[in-house]
Amino acid sequence: MTGVEHIAAAFAGADKRAALMPYLMGGFPDPATSRAIGDACIDAGADLLELGIPFSDPLADGPVIAAAGTAALRAGTTTDDVLAVAEALAPRAPVVLMTYVNIVLARGVDRFVRQAADAGAAGLIVPDVPMEEAGPLLEACDAAGLALVPLVAPTTPDERLREIGARARGFLYTVSVTGITGERVGVDYATIVGRASAATEVPVALGFGISNAEQAARAADAGADGVIVGSRLVREAAESDDPAAAVGRVVGELADGLVG
Amino acid sequence: MSAVEHRFGSYGGRYVPETLMPALAELEAAWLAARGDGAYHAELDALLRDYCGRPTPIYEAHRLSERVGRTVLLKREDLMHTGSHKLNNALGQTLLARRMGKRRIIAETGAGSHGVATATACALLGIECVVFMGTEDMRRQRQNVLRMRLLGAHVEPVDAGARTLKEATSEAIRDWVTNVETTYYVIGSVVGPAPYPAMVRDLQRRIGDEARAEVLERHGRLPGRVVACVGGGSNALGAFAAFLDDDGVELVGVEAGGDGLTTGRHGAPLTVGGPAGVLHGAMSAIMQTEDGQILEAHSISAGLDYPGAGPQHAHLRDTGRARYDAVTDEQALQAFRTLSELEGIIPALESAHAVAWVLAQSDGELDLVCLSGRGDKDLAEALDRLGIE
Ligand SMILES: Cc1ncc(COP(=O)(O)O)c(C=O)c1O
Repeated sequence: MTGVEHIAAAFAGADKRAALMPYLMGGFPDPATSRAIGDACIDAGADLLELGIPFSDPLADGPVIAAAGTAALRAGTTTDDVLAVAEALAPRAPVVLMTYVNIVLARGVDRFVRQAADAGAAGLIVPDVPMEEAGPLLEACDAAGLALVPLVAPTTPDERLREIGARARGFLYTVSVTGITGERVGVDYATIVGRASAATEVPVALGFGISNAEQAARAADAGADGVIVGSRLVREAAESDDPAAAVGRVVGELADGLVG
Repeated sequence: MSAVEHRFGSYGGRYVPETLMPALAELEAAWLAARGDGAYHAELDALLRDYCGRPTPIYEAHRLSERVGRTVLLKREDLMHTGSHKLNNALGQTLLARRMGKRRIIAETGAGSHGVATATACALLGIECVVFMGTEDMRRQRQNVLRMRLLGAHVEPVDAGARTLKEATSEAIRDWVTNVETTYYVIGSVVGPAPYPAMVRDLQRRIGDEARAEVLERHGRLPGRVVACVGGGSNALGAFAAFLDDDGVELVGVEAGGDGLTTGRHGAPLTVGGPAGVLHGAMSAIMQTEDGQILEAHSISAGLDYPGAGPQHAHLRDTGRARYDAVTDEQALQAFRTLSELEGIIPALESAHAVAWVLAQSDGELDLVCLSGRGDKDLAEALDRLGIE
């Protein structure tokens, strides 16, 4: 099964109103614990996992995820360490790697993509690679069966949304707010989910700012096929003495919000 | 009218979150329109003349020339309003922001020169201004922090990483992603995603245009070399731009050598020449680990303390049209003192790097040096290091 197929199967097989995709920072607080957090997420009902490879200058991330990346790097986490975490988790759920373009370029696009696919990763999200810069990366990912998942934002005009939607693999990462990652309240999801759904054939996953069961349920109400929760879970991992159990508990609540 | 360059060879591009892509397209369209609009230029030219004091003089530095055994000309950007070349760009972009109907302006700053320039332009035009600055730079450039506050700008401290220009720039970009609908980002050098590198170069190229015309008129020839310091590279590219087609004129960019290139503690990605990478939205020369993590730069000069450089510089280096070299903190400090003593001109520590390079050469004839700024902002830091009380 290719990564693209693995992701499609996870969306199709999700036993909830929307597939649940927790984000975790690879190597935070350390590689072994981040793997345990991933396992706890799957045990608690995650359908897919988004796994961050830390980068020194994460322009799309708010303070919580940026701090986790800094801590992971300070603890010595390498790209290889995170690929090993991906490899351990991939048999249980599709793992979509999230990192910044310089991490990919440092190994070379082809080599990075091959290593990610070899580790069993199903997809790749690179928030600082817009459509215009994606050519070589998309080609390499397609050749390896790795889904290159693009992002769209509320500021993306309709025509551009359709162009991005046509090139989306796996799912369309739909950013719920104009801004960076972080917990938020009072956001209208319906408009952006409706626009994204109209622009693509692949599932629409909503992310940035979703942090509780009520918001997850509202995302499903708005028609999202998937819900991505990041900062809330990374904060839990940062604040708890038992990060895996604590993150698993919150993922369980989110999953409950998506049932029925 | 030609398009705005997105790439310089393989360098440049637009590596930013999708949220910003429509804003960059809007900015490019607005810049193209302004660039071709006589009214925009008339207003900018009048302000640069009456408000900023342009054209800046070319000064033949006699005692410095005597010291090095050849004629050295200084392009006096230090005499421009606010004390550095940064206002050429900040004013041009702030006028553009007003045309675009933006109500809020943000900027990043290292030495504070660009922050002060942007705060000045915003005071002049009555626009809200927020400047992101690393807390280490707020410490070593305190006078500029106070100037910005007096000018009515809000200085937003950035406490991440090494607390210098790289972090301030990252934070400014994050603010822009969040407030893009109301906010214009005045980037301070020839860095960032397209169209910034080309736009900032075009706004700074009057440094080179003025200098070229004046040197020709006064000396009946072109300079043998044009020398400028390179942080992001805007004063250098502004100076170089006018001479790109003059094959006989050597172009030299001087980067921050910090404690020395072999120590790793420097800000000289062009000189060191490792693999290219992406920092702050553009592919260029950067300082990075094997895994692609951006390294912290080091320089006594806050304006050169940056692990990247403008993409066009990387291209000029690769094509051999310009060359890049580095001088250490210590050399820059000595040049700071030498120029003060020999010419009665206290240079910015950034500009002192270009002067230090000239002092270190034994060859050449007729050097044109871009003296990008004045050194009042650096007195406390430099005098402490020089042991002058
Ligand atoms: C006086 C002065 N010169 C040079 C620079 C470096 O910038 P650039 O390389 O863009 O000219 C700075 C930056 O703060 C500066 O203040």
